Amino acid sequence: MEATAFVVLSAILFTIGVLGVLIRKNAILIFMSVELMLNSANLAFVAFAHRWGQLDGQLFVFFVMTVAAAEVAVGLALIVTIFRTKHSTDVDDLSQLKG
Amino acid sequence: MELFVLSPILFPLLGILINVTQGKKLSERAVGIIGTTMAGLSFFMSLLIFFTVERQPDHQLMATLGPWIQIGTLNVPWGFQIDGLSGLWMLIITGVGTLIHLFSIGYMHGDERFTRFFIYLNLFVASMLILVMGNNFLVMFVGWELVGLCSYLLIGFWYKNIKNTEAARKAFVANRVGDVAFVIGLMLIFVTTGSLTFETVFKFAEENPAVMAGVAGAITLCLFLGATGKSAQLPLYVWLPDAMAGPTPVSALIHAATMVTAGLYMMARSHVLFELAPATQTFVAIVGALTALLAGLTALTQNDIKKVLAYSTVSQLGFMVAAAGLGAYIPSVFHVFTHAFFKALLFLAAGSVIHGMEHHAHATHAHRTDPQDMRNMGGLRSKMPITFWTFVIGALALAGIPPLAGFWSKDEIMVAAGQGNILVFILLTLSAGLTAFYTGRQLAMVFYGRPRTADAEHAVESSASMTVPLIALAAFAVIAGFFNFPAAGGGGLHHLLESVIPEEALGFNVILALFFTALAAGMLWLSFTIYKTAYEKPESPDPLQRLGGFYQLSLEKFRVDELYRAVFIKPFYAFSSLFAQVFDLGGIDGVVNGVGTVIKRAGSSLRTIQTGFVRSYGLMMLVGVVVIVAYFVMNSR
Repeated sequence: MEATAFVVLSAILFTIGVLGVLIRKNAILIFMSVELMLNSANLAFVAFAHRWGQLDGQLFVFFVMTVAAAEVAVGLALIVTIFRTKHSTDVDDLSQLKG
Repeated sequence: MELFVLSPILFPLLGILINVTQGKKLSERAVGIIGTTMAGLSFFMSLLIFFTVERQPDHQLMATLGPWIQIGTLNVPWGFQIDGLSGLWMLIITGVGTLIHLFSIGYMHGDERFTRFFIYLNLFVASMLILVMGNNFLVMFVGWELVGLCSYLLIGFWYKNIKNTEAARKAFVANRVGDVAFVIGLMLIFVTTGSLTFETVFKFAEENPAVMAGVAGAITLCLFLGATGKSAQLPLYVWLPDAMAGPTPVSALIHAATMVTAGLYMMARSHVLFELAPATQTFVAIVGALTALLAGLTALTQNDIKKVLAYSTVSQLGFMVAAAGLGAYIPSVFHVFTHAFFKALLFLAAGSVIHGMEHHAHATHAHRTDPQDMRNMGGLRSKMPITFWTFVIGALALAGIPPLAGFWSKDEIMVAAGQGNILVFILLTLSAGLTAFYTGRQLAMVFYGRPRTADAEHAVESSASMTVPLIALAAFAVIAGFFNFPAAGGGGLHHLLESVIPEEALGFNVILALFFTALAAGMLWLSFTIYKTAYEKPESPDPLQRLGGFYQLSLEKFRVDELYRAVFIKPFYAFSSLFAQVFDLGGIDGVVNGVGTVIKRAGSSLRTIQTGFVRSYGLMMLVGVVVIVAYFVMNSR
């Protein structure tokens, strides 16, 4: 079965995710966008696994999901710590390392 | 054997070593005694060497310390050669040198750099000995440069006064200009003869007159220009009057008796080369005579006691150079010999006078009048009798009154001039007359009349350490003339230098002798009478001012320094300023600084990329990833 439609969908989702990361100011929304990007990659993996009739792609999705989960845990911990000092989730406030 | 021959150099070096390492712990008296003793031992060894040389069959002693330069065909050893000529110079250097060391113990008493002074004096004696003892041009040149260095160190000894350091620099630079010509001469000698050793060069010159004919003129001209620097002739004499900024013993030793005679030594040593270039010889004679006249005219009006003697030295050196130019090397050397004694005597006596004048100001800390200005002196005859009588002997010797030393040597030069070149004869006669005149003027202004200032009123005779050398030198000034007493076949000096400079003695001309004695005596009497009463107060006008414009010209030393400043120094400074400001500061520094500025600007413009905003960093990452992926996609097609 053709994977074209799924890959296209995956690309669109990925693009939306990238735009979300670049445009959004709220840190948690940026994380959501990153999750979106990861899941779009998952979709592409599964689509190709179905296309070639092999399970490798589907297995890889497990890895991605695990990494995503770990990353969210750490990321959210960081955001909470930052919020405690800055009282704001605005990413633009974190610009002290400018040149 | 080497040790024996080189011992006169080694003793002063030992003195330097002791004074440098132990000087701080030793008392002033000890330092002075060490320096003087080393010079004295040097003299003693020079005497022994001198008599040993005379007993040798070929009248010379050679010693070689080892090889120095061996490149291709050039072989220059550390070689030394003692014969009549170098032996004579060694005796003058160490003999007069020792007396001046002794004098300096008293003269420099209390100076904070007393030890340093004696180290420099010893260094000078060693350097000058190297100059005259070398057996090749390059060792002589080493000594040549070293005495230039010592001259610089000693003229600028009281360096805290900027004028003294400027005078020292002027001496060094003027010498250097001469040295450029000298080195070119050395190079020409090497290219022509293939060697720099005296024996080899002179033998070659004698055996190959055809080869030498073209080059000899150039070689000797270059050598002579070097001599004009060292021996203060036109055009490079300007450093010697300024060199009077140094302590008086320095003026006596270096600028009267020894260093300035280095040029004469060189010319006497190279007489073989000069005799092959008659054009240069004539040039040398004219330059010497002109220098003698110009310096004599300048000495007429000077008011500083040492400046008169400085110009007198330049003038007398002109006599010696003129004699050498006429081919009369023996009379030239003879005059070097006698002049060393009476000029050193005059300088030391002047030093004694200056010391006496300063004594009162030192004692009472009163406002100092210039202790060297003759207008402030007067009547010192009764205050400083020993200094007076020794000065008189020196002055009469300088003027050429028989039977003192100067008469005999000057007379021989005039005989040579009379037979050689009428122009030179006239110029030298005028100079001789001027010599007597300014000597009488000096004698009268300093010692006769009534004391014109409080300093002169309270002047005291100097201590024994200063008066003993004066008496010794006075004795020599009396008897030195008999060293070359004219006799059939030549006097003592002729025989001494036979092996080096075979020359026929010109004989004694009674008429000329009487003429010059009368000239000297007459001019002496004239100036003495005028100046005995001319100065009643320091501000009194000088009788010579009646000569109007000429007096002013002479007082300003004929504005030679100003001429050099305008013609050479100012353009040179402008030229050098061009290189310094435009090329170095503007160009090279500009390029180097420019590179730095460019990098700084590039950095600050690139820095703007680091905004600190996470989102812009994210954007940049995205762009980068897109580029890389696009690249791989393109390439895989």
